Amino acid sequence: MSGRIFVPIDAAALSVGAGRVARAIVEEAAERGIALDLVRNGTRGMLWLEPLVEVETPAGRIAYGPVTPADVSGLFDADFLNGGAHTLSLGLTEEIPYFKRQERLTFARCGIVDPLSLEDYRAHGGWKGLETALGLTGAEIVEQVTQSGLRGRGGAGFPTGIKWRTVLNAPADQKYVVCNADEGDSGTFADRMLMEGDPYALIEGMAIAAVAVGATLGFVYIRSEYPHAFRTFGAAIERATEAGLIGASILGTGPAFHLEARLGAGAYICGEETSLLESLEGKRGLVRFKPPLPAVEGLFGKPTIVNNLVSLATVPVIFEKGWEAYRDFGMGRSRGTLPIQLAGNVKRGGLIERAFGITLRELIEDYGQGTASGRPFRAVQVGGPLGAYFPDALLDTPLDYEAFAAVKGMLGHGGVVVFDDQVDLAEQAKFAMEFCAEESCGKCTPCRIGSTRGAEVIEKIIAGEERSKNLVLLDDLCTLMLDGSLCALGGLTPYPVLSALTHFPDDFDRSAAAPARAAE
Amino acid sequence: MAHSAPFDPDIARDVITGLRHLPGATLPILHALQDRFGYVDAAVVPLIADALNLSRAEIHGVVTFYHHFRQAPAGTHVIQLCRAEACQSMGCRDLERHAETRLGVAMGNTRADGRATLEPVYCLGNCALSPAVMIDGELHGRVDAARFDDLIDALGLLP
Repeated sequence: MSGRIFVPIDAAALSVGAGRVARAIVEEAAERGIALDLVRNGTRGMLWLEPLVEVETPAGRIAYGPVTPADVSGLFDADFLNGGAHTLSLGLTEEIPYFKRQERLTFARCGIVDPLSLEDYRAHGGWKGLETALGLTGAEIVEQVTQSGLRGRGGAGFPTGIKWRTVLNAPADQKYVVCNADEGDSGTFADRMLMEGDPYALIEGMAIAAVAVGATLGFVYIRSEYPHAFRTFGAAIERATEAGLIGASILGTGPAFHLEARLGAGAYICGEETSLLESLEGKRGLVRFKPPLPAVEGLFGKPTIVNNLVSLATVPVIFEKGWEAYRDFGMGRSRGTLPIQLAGNVKRGGLIERAFGITLRELIEDYGQGTASGRPFRAVQVGGPLGAYFPDALLDTPLDYEAFAAVKGMLGHGGVVVFDDQVDLAEQAKFAMEFCAEESCGKCTPCRIGSTRGAEVIEKIIAGEERSKNLVLLDDLCTLMLDGSLCALGGLTPYPVLSALTHFPDDFDRSAAAPARAAE
Repeated sequence: MAHSAPFDPDIARDVITGLRHLPGATLPILHALQDRFGYVDAAVVPLIADALNLSRAEIHGVVTFYHHFRQAPAGTHVIQLCRAEACQSMGCRDLERHAETRLGVAMGNTRADGRATLEPVYCLGNCALSPAVMIDGELHGRVDAARFDDLIDALGLLP
């Protein structure tokens, strides 16, 4: 009898055939009369190796990948269930450099456990942070989160503890905890991966937040583009509630905490916290004026914690290992780790959790091994559709909130999208404006009108119509959007536009472009 | 999509009644109706407005604000192509042109025979395995032209 065998059920793994591989393994085992203990785990995050099949051996888990259904029979012949040698063998999973050189705190369990198994969760340190938190006062919990240095992983980087303190100190008959799982930024998939690979970590983090501020009701707002994550997370809530871990009493001894998953409806703007609250209330996702802050008047007018999924899922480890241990990772005012999502035109894309301070170059060149196309690298966009485009000259920038701000960029939700030399940055700048026009909620003029005018002006510049005049106009428009927009959508759309203009001016000048490109 | 029931106001009323107690019930109701009938029929707007004590304008506003809600039935199969940056870096603009040609329908439209709807989507969260496509709710990664043809051929959508 061999050990357990793992085939991921993560949507990304399924998208390249993990489901067919799992079926082929089950059928082949049945044909050979072999009893299998098959676990459908989350992904380890080494997405270029998916479908990645692992087998448990006395030495540890051994990985094979990427596996296709056609490989399955040969794997059985090679006795892969006992770690047998095969051309697809990658050795011990945790010795693969891409994985070994990570600092997994938030994603410590992802890819290792059976996502919906409560026994697995507990066996891997689950609920320990919550148990610790239940022994503390709300003020003590908030203080430890503040001391850990955790900042909002959705993009704004606001200190989580400060937000919680405001909610704690706001007197109210009802308070809420809301998780923002409206992961709309291109290049990001950390929220999805965690909901599908370790959903109880989010439930535990939200329960700690609820205990800290005295909230009894929580909502997780999941985008409709993630039907698979929505189903997995819904099942996790059901199981945790049935087991008495949340619901009438947290872990059977704490206060009540009811949790509900809600589905978004394809509006990028609902990743903005006040728009998300409007949507949860059943309205159009129009951005609200601030103040009042959601921490004071949030969902249904009550004090509400609204945090990104990664922030909330990081809270348990802060209480499990201690806030000092978490704070000791990172650089400057960026403490702890960042789950970076390496994506786009890159050979080895995936999730890389590292302490703040790693450079873009290390990510793209060491982890990513360059472009997928094999063509020269040209640009990287960090932080989603509102993030800046950087050239090679800025690749030594460390991933740190302040270091990115200094080069007019932002980390956002940690998405890093690589482009090869076929990218046209003027087209990308125009797309940034078009995307803003498509997704603007329409409440403020700079965003609603500015984005459409912006796309038109860029088009004129590309066409060579009154270039110098239109460049001044574009710069003026970007300044207006930066300063005058109500939220980050209009307020940050100039980032990709201006960075493209600054770092890749030739792309905006077709007459100059040809010789310049040839000289590169 | 493939297994939607024809619109029936009595069933719609039951769906609404079953969910109206939820705080902020509008979106859960609209999702349930679209899951049931494949789209949000204009006839449900006054029904929801009545049940939630809101104006018809408010409900109409919600239906039209969100890209996810359809106001007319989709084709038998819904093919969503990601148009966002990570997929752009891997050639989704070319894939889009290819898909339009092979399916015989322009982006954002349903084919004349009603068998396929081709829609844009902005990020499916599969950005390390771009280009990404979702077909009838199922995610596919690293979709080049050949793989796209295989996928739609399996649904009998090639001429």
